Amino acid sequence: MELYNDTLENLSQRLAKGEISALELTQSVLKRIAEVDGKIGSYITVDTEGALAQATAADIRLKSGENVTPLTGIPLGLKDLISTAGLQTTCASKMLVGYRPEYDATVVRRLREAGAVITGKLNMDEFAMGSSTENSALKKTCNPWNTGRVPGGSSGGSTAAVAAATAIATLGSDTGGSIRQPASFCGVVGMKPTYGRVSRYGLIAFASSLDQIGPVALTVADAALLLGVIAGHDERDSTSVNIPGANYYDNLKKDIKGLKIGVSQEYFSAGLDPEVETLVRKACGQLADVGALINEDVSLPHTDYAVAAYYLLATAEASSNLARYDGVKYGFRSDDADGLVDMYRKTRAQGFGDEVKRRIMLGTYALSSGYYDAYYRKAQQVRTLITRDFDKVFGDCDVIVAPVCPTPAFAFGEKIADPLAMYLSDILTIPVNLAGLPAISVPCGFTKSGLPVGLQIIAKPFAEETLLRVAWQYEQLAGWSGRRPELEKGAV
Amino acid sequence: MDYEIVIGLEVHCQLLTETKIFCGCSTNFGNPPNENTCPVCTGMPGALPVLNRKVVDFAVRAGLATNCDITQSSIFARKNYFYPDLPKGYQISQFELPVCVGGYLDIEVEGEQKRIGITRIHMEEDAGKLVHPEHEYGVSFVDYNRACVPLIEIVSEPDMRGAAEAVAYLKAMRNIMVYLEVCDGNMEEGSFRCDANISLRRWGAPEFGTRAELKNMNSFRNVQRAIEYEVERQRDILDGGGSVVQETRLWNVDRGISISMRGKEDAHDYRYFPDPDLLPIVIEDAWIDEVRENLPELPVARHQRFVADYGIPVVDADVLTADHNVADYFEAVVKLYAQPKAIANWIMVELMKFLNDDKISITKCPVTPQGLAELLGLIEDGTISGKIGKQVFAQMYSSADNDPRQIVENQGLAQMSDTGELISMVDEVLAASPDKVKEYQGGKTKMLGFFVGQIMKKSKGQANPQMVNELIKERIG
Repeated sequence: MELYNDTLENLSQRLAKGEISALELTQSVLKRIAEVDGKIGSYITVDTEGALAQATAADIRLKSGENVTPLTGIPLGLKDLISTAGLQTTCASKMLVGYRPEYDATVVRRLREAGAVITGKLNMDEFAMGSSTENSALKKTCNPWNTGRVPGGSSGGSTAAVAAATAIATLGSDTGGSIRQPASFCGVVGMKPTYGRVSRYGLIAFASSLDQIGPVALTVADAALLLGVIAGHDERDSTSVNIPGANYYDNLKKDIKGLKIGVSQEYFSAGLDPEVETLVRKACGQLADVGALINEDVSLPHTDYAVAAYYLLATAEASSNLARYDGVKYGFRSDDADGLVDMYRKTRAQGFGDEVKRRIMLGTYALSSGYYDAYYRKAQQVRTLITRDFDKVFGDCDVIVAPVCPTPAFAFGEKIADPLAMYLSDILTIPVNLAGLPAISVPCGFTKSGLPVGLQIIAKPFAEETLLRVAWQYEQLAGWSGRRPELEKGAV
Repeated sequence: MDYEIVIGLEVHCQLLTETKIFCGCSTNFGNPPNENTCPVCTGMPGALPVLNRKVVDFAVRAGLATNCDITQSSIFARKNYFYPDLPKGYQISQFELPVCVGGYLDIEVEGEQKRIGITRIHMEEDAGKLVHPEHEYGVSFVDYNRACVPLIEIVSEPDMRGAAEAVAYLKAMRNIMVYLEVCDGNMEEGSFRCDANISLRRWGAPEFGTRAELKNMNSFRNVQRAIEYEVERQRDILDGGGSVVQETRLWNVDRGISISMRGKEDAHDYRYFPDPDLLPIVIEDAWIDEVRENLPELPVARHQRFVADYGIPVVDADVLTADHNVADYFEAVVKLYAQPKAIANWIMVELMKFLNDDKISITKCPVTPQGLAELLGLIEDGTISGKIGKQVFAQMYSSADNDPRQIVENQGLAQMSDTGELISMVDEVLAASPDKVKEYQGGKTKMLGFFVGQIMKKSKGQANPQMVNELIKERIG
């Protein structure tokens, strides 16, 4: 087997034992990128030179046996909104082409300290706004399982890279489903940690109260290893939480007998693709077979209001977060502007794409004097109700199981002209962000046409250990993880 | 028509913290442009604010000193607007739930006590500064050294009824903030600045009139002038049957007028909302108690104590406590030399004259409290006269020499207290004016002054006047 096809878990052991070198592994991944990424388009920037240097350094570390972590020598890709010192970070926006951050995000610092190899920066919807990666201003990313289909979004580059083996694992970010939905579309594992579990310092903000960085990987164990390195309190992020470190990986194999699993009817309502429903229900049955107690009588009654509340809160925050892209200090500046106000107008009109501008306008409106109470404040109240729905269910259940997305990957152009239809593809993931909960998407099978489908598992705040354990157990039973699409080699 | 003037003030104080409000950069003034910056205070993508606890301490200190309630769980909000000196496109400030609410300040205007309500005190970050180079047209630079420097804004109720009250409030507020060591109170450099909301209404009218907001007044004098100008401007409009427009006006110091900056229709919609990057600031009672225990003595309390404990007149206490550095100096001298009234006189008359001439603060006074105490001791024990004392003080001040005894010795300024020498001098003077001696003996006791004067003249002021008095009486009494 080619090295790039192996799991992070295996590669990490092989590196530690000295069976393979980080340089070989990195070269293998770089070769894979060269061979297939022309067709997939997962990367915006490939840092060949940096990756080889980091691999060489990792080999020295591996040889000495000191400071070896499960990520030492592992080639990882990063969604292009995670700041990397000196390495272009674009948010897939014309606004930030050529922008090289002067500092590393906290997660990047932690990856570097662990000895990971950073292969480059991955495509996404511009400023993480979208559900198909079609909103990238810089390139198109295809679903490795069917290149006529979208990879999902906004972390479409991160999930396509793992599926296409152009990275061993990656980091994405999830604001309303942006890790879980593309993970489901690309047949990989994608996890959104509890809000506050992973530092947001250096994550270029879309909606600060919802954004969370999380791992994307081939298997649950791989995701657990990656989470173990990036999670933890950071004094540079006031919203990061100081809860002593859990051992996500070592606790995966504890059984789940007697664990209570809730299934909420609101997540199986009209609009759910029958094939998706069948696969998810089958997964519930499999979990029951190994001793989990399924309770199909739980209710999350405010689910219907989640999308509306989300698109007010997220856009309100975004309208403010994106105000800094004004052409003054860095990034794009319109060169035909006359005076300050004209510079602002033209820079932002030309630098942002349509969806970003749409959301800035929505959010600006929601915060405007006279509308604040009706929109922003009301949406905050809905958010509280949704959180209470979950609290109530978690009084009786350990985890909730649901579909990730009502449909499998859709075709390019299918929803891009209809923003509302696109927004609704996040209907099953958004409530989790509003409540700040941890959740994961694990592959649970394929449609007849060969498109992957994900199972969503949602846990209580900071119950990532339980979440990963259920996901791992399911993965062992079902055996869908780790499958690879057939990809024709050769750049397009 | 007769109108009632209604004024509310918004005071901004730059806090004397060593580091900025949301990052560890220095707040030091005068560094090269953009030297005191980092990803946080320049608003780089992905950087996040972390609150400097000291800023909350200072805000609570200011709140307690102005009788405010401290908000138990206060929140930061974003104030959104575009300007190149604002790196994030929003200012982190407070809107709903500011750190302090509902206080007051008692002021005195023309002998009348008046209580001015304080609506709220909130914390916020300052913006950077635009630099427009003189010889490069069409180019501007931005210096972010000041971006993220902590401020508090103190908003008063519209309780002031004239320029004099506004200035009295502002002076009292400045004095308190300086006493608290929360702010250096420098109006010219802008570390203590104020905006005024002014409106007029007919006497007895229940509602306020339309207000104008005045900005850019960088001294007490300018506040006074600007308010007086604005009151007249509005009076003219109202008397002419017009109506005042709600607007923001800039005071132009050189022309002595204010100019409209922006009208109501151009007013920003700041779209305030809670900053999701910062948690609510929970201020527990223990924290408030800790700040309260460490509050320094405030101007009013110190004033009362000066009058009660040192027995100095109220007017003296007014002058001495107006600046806490002067009060500190006074008390330092009192500790070494227990004659408060004499010290007060010396500070208010001599010392302040020198300081005012040189326009320097008492903290930079070349004469130390020790030096002054020693000088006063020399006067009291008769080594030198008060008049010579002033001469010695001038020397001490100009040469920063704090050893008055040495100065007196080196220059032979000590009073003549040698009885033998004085006796012969007295005898000489009496012998030279037998007529006047007769007059004196005939009951014209006023002649005593003449003799003393003659002897002082003869001794070049060095004779001890008291001894001279006694000697004359002894001789011809």
